[in-house]
Amino acid sequence: MSSILFSLGGPVSAVLLAVMVGGVLIALVTESNAITAYSVLVDGAFGNLTAFTETLLKAAPLLVTSVGIMVAFRGKAINLGAEGQLYMGAIATTWIGAFWRDLPAGLYVPLAAIAAMIAGGLWAAIPGYLKARAKINEVITSLMLNYVAIYFVDFLVNGPWRDPAGPEPQTPPIVAAARMGYVIPGTRLHTGIIIAAVCLFLAYLLLWRTGLGFRIRSVGSGPDAALQAGINVPATIVLVMMISGALAGLAGMGEISGVHYRLLPGISGGYGYTAIVVALLGKLRPLGVTLASVLFAGLVVGADSMQQFAMVPASLVLVIQGLTILFVIASDAAVIRLRPAR
Amino acid sequence: MQAIFTEAFLIGLLASMISMSVPILVAAVGETLSQRSGVLNLGVDGIMLSGAFSGFAMAYFSGSLWLGLLAALAIGALLGMIHAFISVTLGGDQVISGLAIAVLGGGLVLFFFRAFFGVTIVFPRVKGFQPIDIPWLSSLPILGPLLFHHNILVYIAFLSPFVASYFLHRTSLGLKVRGVGENPAAADALGVNVGNVRYLCVMLGGLLAGLGGAFMSLALLNMYVDDITAGRGWIAIALVIFGKWDPAKTLWGALLFGFVDAFQLRIQGLGVRIPVHLLFMLPYLLTLTVFLLMRKRTQVPAALTKPYNRGQT
Repeated sequence: MSSILFSLGGPVSAVLLAVMVGGVLIALVTESNAITAYSVLVDGAFGNLTAFTETLLKAAPLLVTSVGIMVAFRGKAINLGAEGQLYMGAIATTWIGAFWRDLPAGLYVPLAAIAAMIAGGLWAAIPGYLKARAKINEVITSLMLNYVAIYFVDFLVNGPWRDPAGPEPQTPPIVAAARMGYVIPGTRLHTGIIIAAVCLFLAYLLLWRTGLGFRIRSVGSGPDAALQAGINVPATIVLVMMISGALAGLAGMGEISGVHYRLLPGISGGYGYTAIVVALLGKLRPLGVTLASVLFAGLVVGADSMQQFAMVPASLVLVIQGLTILFVIASDAAVIRLRPAR
Repeated sequence: MQAIFTEAFLIGLLASMISMSVPILVAAVGETLSQRSGVLNLGVDGIMLSGAFSGFAMAYFSGSLWLGLLAALAIGALLGMIHAFISVTLGGDQVISGLAIAVLGGGLVLFFFRAFFGVTIVFPRVKGFQPIDIPWLSSLPILGPLLFHHNILVYIAFLSPFVASYFLHRTSLGLKVRGVGENPAAADALGVNVGNVRYLCVMLGGLLAGLGGAFMSLALLNMYVDDITAGRGWIAIALVIFGKWDPAKTLWGALLFGFVDAFQLRIQGLGVRIPVHLLFMLPYLLTLTVFLLMRKRTQVPAALTKPYNRGQT
């Protein structure tokens, strides 16, 4: 128990410190009061049932994606392409939901989920394969594919998939059978949150209760040692990237099937990047990642309120995110450096 | 379609190529220096954004372009120093530190832009650096307008890969940098201060990235818009590898990307019927393709991303 508290201490202090620096920025740069601004933020995120479900609504895709990032990072695969993989999942979902007209009703959601996972998984397999086979740095390749995926969505919604019924660049809506149901009536919270929780549990089982998970973590701790131990390192790398991409794709499916019901430009709004921050803050552990997802979802939801009612730009949340990671790694590194020599 | 092959179009295209390659070029030269000393800085895009914004804001509010430039260089060096502190002094994970700076830089500029300029549809503009004609050379046919009619930052930018290469290969400090990047323990034993050399290189890298960003807002576009760099910082990092960690060689990669950038911009103006979003993808697909073609990675500085601890082997 004490080890959980100990490992929580670093991230919690990092967030608090980042929030304080944010408060200083608010005081220095805007005309608002930091305390007021932050209380509007907290109220906007957790103040009532609607607010809380909005937070959970954002936490679901964030959680699914960061679980994927957690798996990839555990295998030392730095998947920065979650954003693009999410978009590919959204594209696949829209394809099934909007353009396949005569499927049996119950088939839409599972088919869309599978298609999204395949799309995201394959998109992630590209940088994975390049790293496994040619040692090409997956940081750059996965990032480049993000831009390609985002522009691809732009291309589709402005061009071949554009809904002729309206002026905005977007696809026709998906059929009603392809929508995911609501968990709490009267709110927008859809079954995606349950799917997210299931994915979290399955990832936990995979990483800490299976032989494959052990191999993944071995590759993550030391690829050379893992190779010596007979583990197929290249295959493991591709596999973790694909799992990571599949989960990001699933998050994309959730955004289409649960929230927007059609494909639009900018449908993700940075979940793929925030998920990286969340995974790191959560120390790549299931509990940490869950808490961090809810926290950051709350930050994003609350920031909108903060921008509207307290006149503080919502992008402060990005600043807090960046500062949080910096403080987390700084404290991790400092702890190691300051350890007395043995 | 024939419009592509007029002299005016081609010269305009190539002149554009030169301007548009500047941000990536200087950022890549800076990152090469940093990596040659053994430190990977993934925060380049965030630093470029910060340089673009701080340079713009300073120029806008002070009325002086040079003050703006100075601000951008200072911010770039400062962000580089933060990365150096975490990577060198604390020995922290360089990959994550760089990413954090990229996120932080991006967030800070969004925040400050809204705070200073509010939510606006009309983006604020400045009168940027104007082209300077090099006497006599700029009146040469074809080569004149192409090469010798640019603003001063372009001339500085195109000198930088050669200056950096000379520095690395022909000066004793450059030798120390290379030594620190290949074998810090040996350099340390010979009396080189590994930490100081790395700080210098990372801060220079940040400064140059800031310069690249400032070029975009103060010379290329004469305004600041959200996400002005559109991922160019990441392409710059890729260019370091294409250039095999030699600053002079990053020039070719930068020109190639400048060409693709300029090309997709101008081809739209001609009304050629290629969907515009597919054109936007070109630089990123190009990066991927070139990555695929690069196989020999033997010039990687051996100590890249490894923190140096005296007393450990």
